[in-house]
Amino acid sequence: MVRLCKSEWRRARVQAQRLADLARLRRVRDRIDREYAQPLNVEALARDVNMSAGHLSRQFRAAYGESPYSYLMTRRIERATALLRRGDLSVTEVCFAVGCASLGTFTTRFTELVGMPPGAFRRQAADAADAVDAAAGHADAAGTARDAGSAIKVEGMPACVAKQVSRPVRNREAMADAQTLA
Amino acid sequence: MEITIHTTALPHDDPDASLAFYRDVLGFEVRSDVGQGKMRWITVGPAGQPGTSILLAPPGADPGITEDERRTITEMMAKGTYGWILLATPDLNALFEKVQAGDSEVVQEPTEQPYGVRDCAFRDPAGNLIRIQELR
Repeated sequence: MVRLCKSEWRRARVQAQRLADLARLRRVRDRIDREYAQPLNVEALARDVNMSAGHLSRQFRAAYGESPYSYLMTRRIERATALLRRGDLSVTEVCFAVGCASLGTFTTRFTELVGMPPGAFRRQAADAADAVDAAAGHADAAGTARDAGSAIKVEGMPACVAKQVSRPVRNREAMADAQTLA
Repeated sequence: MEITIHTTALPHDDPDASLAFYRDVLGFEVRSDVGQGKMRWITVGPAGQPGTSILLAPPGADPGITEDERRTITEMMAKGTYGWILLATPDLNALFEKVQAGDSEVVQEPTEQPYGVRDCAFRDPAGNLIRIQELR
């Protein structure tokens, strides 16, 4: 029978607790991925795993490099780009469809992550789609179509790659004062 | 030259839990099961496709992996950022219902993606991301 000395045993216990805590954070992150379109907020997420909102935010950031609020908003913007690309929904409709209750917050965060406001993104996607259609019979126009859609062309890529490249770049930290979701 | 993709490995941290998931939830057949305790190597795969297997393996078993690296691997598994695989099925809804009926953690309900696929995602018991794409 193996006998661990006291300090080894303590270290093993600390590590087991750490893994359990990380698994809890994983469940929070997965819930954001699953339910981002719901009116989620950090308080509700924290309550679900018996943590305070502040503790959850700190732990989540330590594990994943950004706050749960930032992760949630990025997930929403990512989905918003997909819906805007479809072209059949207005910016306001898309904003609500991805779980944002405030058009202002949505537009600000969208612009930060994508590099242009959602309305401009939607127009550019529509132009790119038109250009691709027009190019169908004119090989010369293909280059133009490619330029027009350069930021957002994902057709033909393997799905997993398209998901990676179309994910908004996290180029800013979450807003420090954004404790609740709009 | 003919090459097939024969076996791909996913880590486990509780061999019995992972075995139950792949066998009972996904319906895979068990092709071999060697080792004991946490050091078990379990080969599973879809019935009727003997040429393609998933090996459920203990993480960090390579003796060249340091203690620090092993700890990082187990932490990434717990965080859900380590192993992942992409499966496909013609009937995504049926498979999703089956997985959801168990106590597996759902990451994404069946969703139409902008890049032209419909897929869903969930976790296996070790925290690996299992993404499933609809064949159409």
